[in-house]
Parts: sequence; structure tokens; C-alpha cells
Amino acid sequence: MTTSTATTIDVPPTESDRQKRRRLIREERKLNGRQGIAGWLFVSPALIGLLVFLVIPIIVALYISFTNWNGASNPLGGSAKWIGLDNYKKLLTSDSLTRTNFFRSVRNNFYFVLFVVPAQTLLALLLAVLVHQKALKGRGFYRTAFYFPSVTSSIAITLVFIFLFQGTGAVNKLLDLVGVKGPNWLQDQRGLFHQLLRVFGVDSSPGWGKHTLMGLHLWDWLSGPSTSMCVIIILAVWTTSGTFMLMFLAALQNIPEDVMEASQIDGATTRQRFWRVTVPMLRPTIAFVIMLGTIGTWQVFDQILLAGKTNPTMSTPAYLTYQLSFQNSAFGTGAAMAFLLFMLIIVLTVIQRRFLKEKI
Amino acid sequence: MNRTSRRAVTALGLTGSLLAFSACGSSSSSTSATSANTGASKTVAANTAAGGTAAAGGPTEKGVTLSVMIGSSGDAETNAVKAATAAWGAKTGNTVNVIVAADLNQQLTQAIAGGSPPDVFYGSSGGFQTLASSNALAVTGDKITDSKDIYPSLASVFTTGGKYYCAPKDFSTLAVEINTDLWTKAGLTDADLPTTWDKLEAAAKKLSAGTVTGLVMGDSLDRLGAFMIEAGGSYQKDGKFTFDSPADLQGLQFAQKLAKEGALKFPKQVGAGWGGEAFGKGIAAMTIEGNWIMGAMKKDYPGVKFKVVPMPAGPTGTKGTLNFTNCWGVAAKSAHQDADVSLVSFLTSVDQQLSFADAFGVMPSRQAAKAQFATKFPEQAAFIDGADYAVGQVTTPGFSQVQQNFENAIQGLSDGSSDPKAMLADLQKNAAALG
Repeated sequence: MTTSTATTIDVPPTESDRQKRRRLIREERKLNGRQGIAGWLFVSPALIGLLVFLVIPIIVALYISFTNWNGASNPLGGSAKWIGLDNYKKLLTSDSLTRTNFFRSVRNNFYFVLFVVPAQTLLALLLAVLVHQKALKGRGFYRTAFYFPSVTSSIAITLVFIFLFQGTGAVNKLLDLVGVKGPNWLQDQRGLFHQLLRVFGVDSSPGWGKHTLMGLHLWDWLSGPSTSMCVIIILAVWTTSGTFMLMFLAALQNIPEDVMEASQIDGATTRQRFWRVTVPMLRPTIAFVIMLGTIGTWQVFDQILLAGKTNPTMSTPAYLTYQLSFQNSAFGTGAAMAFLLFMLIIVLTVIQRRFLKEKI
Repeated sequence: MNRTSRRAVTALGLTGSLLAFSACGSSSSSTSATSANTGASKTVAANTAAGGTAAAGGPTEKGVTLSVMIGSSGDAETNAVKAATAAWGAKTGNTVNVIVAADLNQQLTQAIAGGSPPDVFYGSSGGFQTLASSNALAVTGDKITDSKDIYPSLASVFTTGGKYYCAPKDFSTLAVEINTDLWTKAGLTDADLPTTWDKLEAAAKKLSAGTVTGLVMGDSLDRLGAFMIEAGGSYQKDGKFTFDSPADLQGLQFAQKLAKEGALKFPKQVGAGWGGEAFGKGIAAMTIEGNWIMGAMKKDYPGVKFKVVPMPAGPTGTKGTLNFTNCWGVAAKSAHQDADVSLVSFLTSVDQQLSFADAFGVMPSRQAAKAQFATKFPEQAAFIDGADYAVGQVTTPGFSQVQQNFENAIQGLSDGSSDPKAMLADLQKNAAALG
């Protein structure tokens, strides 16, 4: 509520003038005040929604992460005790099963992000460029087709994938036709990198790999995504590339025609135009997509809940948070884990922004 | 990824939003102000006026409405519970609302944290200690009619710190199911029935041929644990975990021996979801499951002929099986404790338990019902026989995570990538850390 400062007046004002000015200012204030109230009223639905469903829950969850609340009482008061940083210590410094599980899930999720984000960004860009082509007939159909996985329920898609990738499922039947015996996809816990190393004759950990870091052997840290995680990687790339395709498409349509024409006149080939004109013009969008992709993939949850409940190479921090809280009644530890994940995402996002050096 | 991320944010925020609700719930302090968002139905004694003359005297209140939250296996169970509670209501002049929870553990936790729990609910063996430690569970085990008649092995599951919290409502035990067609085809007779480990091994080896595996059983502590008990081992003794005992190791090594011989496979290795599925499809000649397999076989694989025999005895002749049980929990916050106990007494009476057994295939937790059950369901004699020596699941809060960690390694027994001794040492270490 800023009140406009009166303009400087050279002549000292008479008593009545001063009163008049005061009255004016008062009235203006009153008016501004009323406007302020109206403003607050207008934003209140959104504000109350944010407060009740976002701000307060986050604050309470932060509080919970410092308690041993088990879900069976009122978290504020009740039998929940304040235990300081114990939950965080359990996850970070003490040699416990919880820590091993947490860092295993971080490893799983790291490889998931490492594979999904580049793949979905490239695929989305490719699809966008394809359906952007004016020469393409039935562009509307392709756009819808590519976008379709994104609007379908991820639960439904995951269920379909579970059936496809069963030990006796369609994928393995297809592989059988070409004489390849497929693995039992969703049960297979062997890491991709480990399997590759096996091809080169390395099938067990060398001496240095026996050292443990955060409860996990170094050798296990380098496992790569498990075969079962690869299924979810394929699923995630397929479902999300449609959404990002739309973003790239919008950005492509925003590239001015004259820039393209100018490059054409200058004699640039199609390939040169793509790499030297289109991609640089898309850089802000690429950065945006990578960032959104990273944030989203660090929070993968529903696919794991359906397909990876009993597979330790598929658990992710988001899923483990749920499992600890609701299955093990360790809401305090679960909340602490959620905040650790939150901090991890923040740190990675900041690093990425700096790395991509793009203002969005 | 927008969609995924939003959903994931929801997942992360779940803990928080749950709290927001509970905070709301706590601010409305009186029991009559139940907030609708917790899903618990109202426990208001609003019917007192309608009930006419206020219930004077008598052990039970009249005209109250109780809410009962259950996790149901299907319509049969839901209808049976509804009919039974309605019968109690008609008898005592009260009303009972049955709430069928989609995810009992979660809904119950939310209702309790929100301050308006259902009066009576299914309490799980894994969850009751959490409730008890938060004083959310009333101590009612001893209060029900003729409570001494409940099998002591079941009552002990729901006893902690010297308090017998809630009365077991029914139970199941493990036994060996045998496909009789495959059995005779392999040239086996009644003399070969798996009464001992050696006989089980011999039969399983003989039955394994072609696409058939002799024995398929779940890769879970809740199945393999039976072997540890039969070897003379235990889960806990005097409040301390004993997974690292030599007997437990012997039990697990027996399972590994069978697995290495190919006589024992786990459901996932044969493309089945659980032992019963492999058994029903004829991929497994034998499986080890509980009473629930009876209903599943009747429903999904009615053509398969099979019989149920008790679990084999261990090398020293020790009998062993596991039991699985739930109890009728009463909320400490319930305003109608007397009515709650009266309802639970009614539901755990011999007649009611037998009708539940009839409806959805569980076994009565009362010893007085044993003879009637055995005559009514002779094919389930092997299950009820196990009642006397069955060992219950570990109820320590947080154990499910420890158990999961142990079970992750079970599949590796087959190819030797998991070492039984290391697995049990790990299990012992992690379980002991629960304190």
C-alpha cells in the first residue's frame, strides 16, 4: 500500500491547504486500503488453497521429520517425540538398513535419470521436428499419436508394460521368434553395466569394489540400471517424450520464418540449418525440458509402486518415502527422506542452471 | 514429465497433507465433531432419543452407532461381517456401520491420527504394536467372553508388555497341498506322503519332471520360516531375536538344498504370482500355502484334484508351521467401550466364527470350535492341526522392512549367489537394531 508522495511545493502551505492535503492523502489511503482488501479477497481462494494444501503440509512435514511420529496419534503433541536430527542421522551417518536402502534407491534413481533425461529430450526433439514438417501429411494425426501416451493414465500404461515384459510375455515371445531368449524382465536384478563387463570377462567385483560407501559396495554403485529398471526407463521415455514434444513444437513454431529464409539465402544446407539455426534458437526450451525432466525423473513413484514393489533394484527415494511412512509406520524417517530428496533436486537444478547458462 | 512430476509431488506431500487433516481433526476436540475427511463414520450417540427410553442398566449400552472398519478379501467376507454385526445390532438394540477399507492400514492410520477412529477394526499382527505404543488401542483381549478359550499361541501374538491388546478373530496356518493326479502319475502312494523332510525331498524330486516342479512355494520368510521352526529354531526367544541360531540355519539350508536340486522353485521362477497359481496351473505338484488356497482353488482352478497334508516334521521330529492372524481391535478413543467389547465377544463366539469359516475360509480362533470345524471341513484338518504348534509372525514395528531385505536374497538361494548363513546374520543384525 504505497501512497503517492505529494509533489514538492515551493510556497509554504497555509493551514487550510495542509489540512486539505492531509484529507486528500487520507482519502487516497482509504481508497487504496479498500482496493487492497479487494485484491486480497480476489486472490484468497488460490492463497488459501496454497496455504492449506502446500505451505502448511510442508511445514508440518518438516516438523515431523524431526520426530518419531508413527502415524497412530496426533503428530503435534500426542505420543510423537521430538528426536532432533536422529532421522537424518539414520539416513546419512549410521550404518543401518534404512541407510543402505535409501542409498540403494538413490543409485537406482540416479541411473534412471541418467538414461531417461537425455533419451526423452532427444526423442521429443526428433518427434517435434518430424511433425513440424510442413510436407508431412496428416500432421494432426501424428501429433495426437505421439502425445497420446502422455495423457493416458500411467497406472494403465504400467500395467500393460508389466504384461508385455512378463517372463512369458509378448516381448519375450517376439524375442523367441528371432532366437533370443529374453530375461525375466521385471525380476531381473542384474545391472546393465555389470552385464556389459561380463561380456569382457569381468563377472565379479575386483578387490577395490569390495569397499563400501554408504552401506553399498563400490561395485554395486557401478552396476548401472538393472534389467527391470530398464523396462521403466523405456516406459518413461515413451510416455513423457510426447509432452516435451509439444513444448519443442511450440518453440519451433516461434522461430521466425525470416531467420530460416535468411539462412536459406545464405546457402545453408538442411542439416546446417538444423544444427546452426534451429537448435540454437531452441536452447532455452532444451534447457527447460532437461530441467523439468530431471526434476520429474527424480520423483518417479507410481510405476515403481506397481512394478517394483519387491525388487530392490527398482526402489526409488520417492517410493521408499511412501513405503517407510505408510508400510513401516516410520513417518518421521519417511519425511526426513522426502526432504533429503527435495534438497537433492534443488542442488541438481541449481547446478544445471549454471551449467546450461540459460535464462528461462 | 509434468504429469509425472506433479503426481510425485503429491506423493511427497502426502505425508504433509495427511498431517494437515489431522491438525484439523485435533482442533475439534469433542468426540461428537467428527470431520468427514478422515473417512470414519460418526460415532455420535444421536440415536439415543430414537431408541426410546434411555438404556437403563444392563451391561451393554443401547441405541449407539458403532463403526467397524475392515479390510475385506471380497464380497463374501464383507457380507458375512455385515450380517454378523447387524445380528448383534438387532440383538442389543444398536446400529453398526461397516466400513470396507481399500487400504486398511493407511485408512486406519489416517482415522486414528485424525482423532476420530472407527470403534472396532481389523488389527493386523504387524500393525498392532504401532497402535499400542501410541495408546490408540484399548486393551480388550481379556475382556471378551471366555477369553481363555482362544488359542494361547494366537493370543500371544497380540500381547506385548504383558498386555493382551486384542482378541484374535480367526487364523490360518501353512500346510502342504498335493496335486493328487500328478502324485499318482509319478508312482507315489500314501506311504510317500511328506511327513518328514526326507520324504518331502524324495517326493519333490520324483515329482519334478518336464514342465512340472515338485514344490513351488513363495520366496518369503512367511513360508521358508516354517522350515526353520521344524529344525527346532525360532524367531524370537525371551524378547530377543534368534535368527542366527544353528537350527534356523539348518532350516534355510534345507530349503537351499531343495532349490539347488531343482525340486523347489519360487513362483517368479515359473512365471506365477504365488504358490497357489503355480499349483492351480499344474506347474507345481506341491505347494505350501495357508487356508486361503482353498477358496482360490475353488474359484480359479475348480478342476484340480488335491489334498492337504500337515507340514513335514524336521530332522528331530519337531513339528512346525506358521500362523497368520488378525484381531478385533478396539479404539482407545471409542466412546462406547462396553458396546465395543460386547460386539467383539459376539463376533468371536463359536457360532459366528464357524459361519465366518464357512463364508470366507478362515479358521476359528477358539479351541471350543475346533471339533466342529474339523467335522465340517474334513479336508482342512491339516490346517487346524497346526494350530497348537504354529508360530506367529514377528510383530515388532519396522520389521516388514527387515523382512523384505531378507526376502530380496531368497531367490539367490537357487544358484548359490545367496549364502544362508550371511542372510540370517543380516536378518539378525537388522532385526536386533529395531530394539
